[in-house]
Amino acid sequence: MNDLKLGDKIFTSRLFTGTGKFSSNEVMKEAIEASGSELVTMALKRIDIEDENDNMLQHLQIPGVNLLPNTSGVRNAKEAVFAAQLTREALETNWLKLEIHPDPKYLLPDGEETLKAAEELVKLGFHVLPYVQADPVLCKKLEEVGTAAVMPLGSPIGSNNGLQTIDFLKIIIEQSNVPVVVDAGIGAPSHAAAAMEIGADAVLVNTAIAVSPNPVEMAKAFKMAVEAGRMAFEAKLAERSMGANASSPLTAFLEDLD
Amino acid sequence: MSFYNEIQKYNWEEVKDQIYSKTTDDVKRALQKEKIDLHDFQALISPAGTEYLEIMAQKSMHLTQKRFGKCIQMYIPLYISNSCTNTCVYCGFNCKNEFERKILNRSDLIDEAKEIKKLGFEHILLVSGEDQKRCGSAYISEMMDTIKDDFSLISLEAQPLEVDEYEKLTHKGLHTVYIYQETYNESNYKKYHPAGKKSNFQFRLETPDRLGQAGVHKVGLGCLLGLEDWRVDSFFTALHLQYLEKTYWKSKYSISFPRLRPHTGGFQPNYETSQKDLVQLITAYRLFNHHVEISLSTRESEQFRDNMLKLGATSFSAGSKTNPGGYSNKEESLEQFSINDDRSPAEIAEMIQSKGYEVVWKDWDNFMQL
Repeated sequence: MNDLKLGDKIFTSRLFTGTGKFSSNEVMKEAIEASGSELVTMALKRIDIEDENDNMLQHLQIPGVNLLPNTSGVRNAKEAVFAAQLTREALETNWLKLEIHPDPKYLLPDGEETLKAAEELVKLGFHVLPYVQADPVLCKKLEEVGTAAVMPLGSPIGSNNGLQTIDFLKIIIEQSNVPVVVDAGIGAPSHAAAAMEIGADAVLVNTAIAVSPNPVEMAKAFKMAVEAGRMAFEAKLAERSMGANASSPLTAFLEDLD
Repeated sequence: MSFYNEIQKYNWEEVKDQIYSKTTDDVKRALQKEKIDLHDFQALISPAGTEYLEIMAQKSMHLTQKRFGKCIQMYIPLYISNSCTNTCVYCGFNCKNEFERKILNRSDLIDEAKEIKKLGFEHILLVSGEDQKRCGSAYISEMMDTIKDDFSLISLEAQPLEVDEYEKLTHKGLHTVYIYQETYNESNYKKYHPAGKKSNFQFRLETPDRLGQAGVHKVGLGCLLGLEDWRVDSFFTALHLQYLEKTYWKSKYSISFPRLRPHTGGFQPNYETSQKDLVQLITAYRLFNHHVEISLSTRESEQFRDNMLKLGATSFSAGSKTNPGGYSNKEESLEQFSINDDRSPAEIAEMIQSKGYEVVWKDWDNFMQL
């Protein structure tokens, strides 16, 4: 399988994971290790960025794992840019998952504010990975302002409803010049495999692993599914077809022409 | 327009009849739906619903875990004043109770904050009685300034304020405001709140509207269970929640369940709410709203809280004192109510972990809001 180049890094794993909703930081760490993930997102609001001994950060010191801080909780571009700058100073990373959701109920992303913040953060030297609606036009605009990737949602975050936006994801994947990471809504390994089969560069999975009665086994299952899906994509899937080939070809008459 | 206009469309007695006439078929139908409406909610909190508690509890646990994970957030109340100009018949701070009143100053507050920090808390709830002259928004703002560098999330439970006051406090770092309606029964409200500013039903009822207009991040609702029929009051709380979520969609909401308990002397609940009732109520709210935060305070007993942990709750208080100065404890002062779970925060954290849940001390930072 091909490696994934994202920003200034190369990833062998195409499964990105999250850190929320786990029953303990120990379980979280074990699950991340089992997933083989090399990029893990965590909410700034959950950690004490000034405390080197922060319990969650301690548990995320895993060899080969890069941290992707996210701005979950901010409601507009101004707050996102401010939080990002503080984080860069404290955690010494340019990587940022940009999440702006003014709606705390469904945590749906605000495209307008996200574009505004992305443009500013790129200029400030961040590798921006924006969480957005599966909106092909917005994804192109984000690419134009220089984001490292786009992260369209499969269905509402935490819903485990799979790829409800699949038609739009296909357009985004077709049109994009930056990696496409399907984020949010992936509730089963089969959803992750499906996203990879249609050509997503990576997926981000959190709830489905964290809330499973056995997060470690579930993390392994997602690892395998993402690998299988990617392998299938690279090997090229056979065309789907319901019927047999016609026995009387419509163009046979061409052979009878002079 | 406010929720006061909305509530005029409903009649207390009619709502009560609707709830009490729900049948087991109504309950079964509600339990089969993915998304339930206010009619289904009535069925779940109805007497017919009491036979389905186990199913409701199972569903509530799964929905809560899916949305919030296996996590419980921790907070602690810090009473800054017990001075009050109201005469609420059920409350220890009633101004007719002849006790010496205590209003913390900056230095008292610093002492309190120091003790609380030792316990591990990052989320703090400032609580005050209603004394607009001595403990108005300027005083609250001063208290917030004093401790804002020590805590990552500051909440407030005090008298209702105006929109511009909430705006100013929010800019200073206020995150959440809890404002309990006590009861939605307008005609009986005055019986419990005979004098003082709190006797104005409409002003109190419209407080969450003002909070939404001011852009406060989280609004806490609830009624005092025991004043009126809890089934009816809970319907109106659900109606309020639904109205607020649609109108002020940028705010988060939480519900609390303060429950009056029969005790010797003082005010006796008119309608007792049992622990079983509370299970029905909390799980019904979760089925009705998958996203609302549910808070359980130390008013409830150790055994009850330990068991409710998985059934829908998302945040717990621990080690609470309900009197100003209670943590640094220089002198005795009047407490608002006595608590029923007096374990230390460390003991409660241990219990939460032993149930396979993560204790979340911090889930916000002042720098997230500008």
